[in-house]
Amino acid sequence: MHVTFSEADLAFQEEVRTFFRDEYPDEIREAVSSGEELPREMQIRWQKILFEKGWAGINWPTEHGGTGWTPVQKYIYAREEGNANAPVIVPFGLNMVGPVIYTFGSEAQKNRFLPDILASNTWWCQGYSEPGAGSDLASLKTKGDLVGDHWVVNGTKTWTTLGQFADWIFCLVRTTSDVARRQEGISFLLIDMKSPGVTVKPIILLDGTHEVNEIHFDNVEVPVENLVGEEGKGWTYGKVLLQHERTNSANTFRSEYRLRKLREQAATSVRGAPPLADDKNFMRRLAAVEVELKGLEYTELRTLAAVSSGKAPGPESSFLKIKGTEIQQAIDTLYMDAAGYYALPYRADPSVGEGTETLTALRYFNFRKATIYAGSNEIQKNIIAKHVLGL
Amino acid sequence: MDFSLNEIQAMLADSVDKFIQNEYDFDTRQAYAESDTGFSADVWSTFAELGWTAVPFAEDDGGLDGGPADIMVLMQQLARGLVVEPYLANVILAGGILRRAANAEQKERWLQPMIAGELHATLAFNEPQARYRLTSVATTATRDGDDWILNGCKGVVLNGGTADLLIIPARTSGNADDERGITLFGVAADSDGLTCNAYATYDGQRAAEVILDGVCVEDRAVLGEVDDGFADLDATIDEATLAVCAEAVGIMQVLKDKTVEYSKDRSQFGVPIGSFQELQHRMVDMLMACEQAQSLLLWAVMANASGSEESKRAVSSIKYLVSTAGRSLGEDAIQIHGGMGVTWELDVAHYFKRLTAIGTMFGDADWHLDKLASASH
Repeated sequence: MHVTFSEADLAFQEEVRTFFRDEYPDEIREAVSSGEELPREMQIRWQKILFEKGWAGINWPTEHGGTGWTPVQKYIYAREEGNANAPVIVPFGLNMVGPVIYTFGSEAQKNRFLPDILASNTWWCQGYSEPGAGSDLASLKTKGDLVGDHWVVNGTKTWTTLGQFADWIFCLVRTTSDVARRQEGISFLLIDMKSPGVTVKPIILLDGTHEVNEIHFDNVEVPVENLVGEEGKGWTYGKVLLQHERTNSANTFRSEYRLRKLREQAATSVRGAPPLADDKNFMRRLAAVEVELKGLEYTELRTLAAVSSGKAPGPESSFLKIKGTEIQQAIDTLYMDAAGYYALPYRADPSVGEGTETLTALRYFNFRKATIYAGSNEIQKNIIAKHVLGL
Repeated sequence: MDFSLNEIQAMLADSVDKFIQNEYDFDTRQAYAESDTGFSADVWSTFAELGWTAVPFAEDDGGLDGGPADIMVLMQQLARGLVVEPYLANVILAGGILRRAANAEQKERWLQPMIAGELHATLAFNEPQARYRLTSVATTATRDGDDWILNGCKGVVLNGGTADLLIIPARTSGNADDERGITLFGVAADSDGLTCNAYATYDGQRAAEVILDGVCVEDRAVLGEVDDGFADLDATIDEATLAVCAEAVGIMQVLKDKTVEYSKDRSQFGVPIGSFQELQHRMVDMLMACEQAQSLLLWAVMANASGSEESKRAVSSIKYLVSTAGRSLGEDAIQIHGGMGVTWELDVAHYFKRLTAIGTMFGDADWHLDKLASASH
């Protein structure tokens, strides 16, 4: 029983640490720590730096240009990335559609799409949810009809994150309606956002940001070669991807970074006020979140140890998603309470008070989404009840 | 990175598991708990024969050279049987002091018979006014020629009524609550001036209020250095905290499993109650609490075993979680069992009571959260 790393893993850790120290540009570093949304060009610039280093496809196998890292290496990387407060990778290309294409796609699709995804030359977005299909995703109504050598797509996708920047969208589309189970008859389509009939309508979130969109498809013609895998099997492909999305959303090391910063901040006086460390109630709440986070970190380690020894990962992705997002939100709340009145001026410009605390509200409101997206936490509990407890 | 049990740990877990399965069902446990002493002398002898009482001690002292991880494995399994035999009092508490502080003569006189199951010992770490402050030692020991005279009161001494040997922290110098000035004494239970009022506790265990009224002991009763007993006391209580946390995690897992099973069997409105989403989500919360607790337990045990600087924080973290999440898990287990959950007959209530007792032991949730809140890390 031990949590020590091998010599090789320690050397790898050193390499990753050095990379983040030397090759993470100050300009991007400052932009991330400001708490504002990262501009598109900075996001792409960072992802291209990772690509140049060979670290863009963290989960990808080497034959497709991925790192081929072991689970332990991925863990070490995530920890260093969190410690460095590096930008969150836009997941839709690299972490979502990429793995679906290299796992289920045709050779032609792999050759056409994977290199640009890996190099962040194309920006992808996700077409899953619909106005009438949220937690109940299988009730989706966007329809694809086969006409000649095209799928003609009609319908509406929503909550499409950063769809305003996207070159491509991957969509779950109903292509057969006469099915025994609603999960059947759904196909996985890759759609060029420049296709005639695609319109992007912004949705402004409660924090005032334009992060998500509604995408309308009006007789959009999608070439048959853009269907991934088999017709009607899209649900299976999509599920693989969602499990990945959930594991990712634990965000343990980013939470650790934010808690550490908060403890540092609490020890000092801001605007001449007494340090928060003098406030026993606040410090107790902070400590309680630290305990939960430490538990999550070791739960992840236990999962990792199981995966490393050859066991298949199971529905623990749901567990990690629930705990991880609960903790993220608990930290957001602590930051809000730490800022007090100075959470009210919620944009950095014009600057009010002392720096970044004015952005805590932005984060707090924006991240109410965390317990809703990727299958709400209540849906995750349903999954655990069914698949782990056998209820 | 490896969280699996080594060969010895796996054997230990297996042998305790078999013992509980074959010889320690719930009715048997209840009979032992309700007997005069509150446990079975035969079972205790079996523990000694199987070597369980020897686990944390050095080979030279007749032990098995085990560490916190081995104790964790053992306690987690003993928890499944709600074992009432005084393992904590003897092996972890008294044993923890004897292992650290006893000289060769004291080990021969006290530790070896304890390991052999022939002598019962306990550690009187608590006083009525102390709440959870280990430094709150008002019991005094004053010099009388070559001897020491002890006066004071020790509260809720675990298994105090059946102990042959009581380890008594007493103040030999300094002020109330000073770490310095606490000396540990090994005191025979039949000493003149020592009164022991034993009673049953709500979790089926036994404890005692011990009054020391001019108890005279020889100088060879001093364990370790005069005035310098706190470090051994503190380290022993940390280990004991981990031991009861391991027990608590074992109990939490039993309660979770029993509740899930019950919800599949029990039907109302024509369907198993486990089909109701409200109950499903509560049981998922129970599962997640078990996983979080198991994770923190592993962290704490490894930190403690390696003597890392995180050790104190890790111990307080797992104790805080066991005291909070354990309590709500226990309450949910009772709630989902409905009327049956509040009966004496069903074992669930007794697991809940033991879990509740552990919640308080060696510092409750507020106590440990306070430590974590003020710790800088």
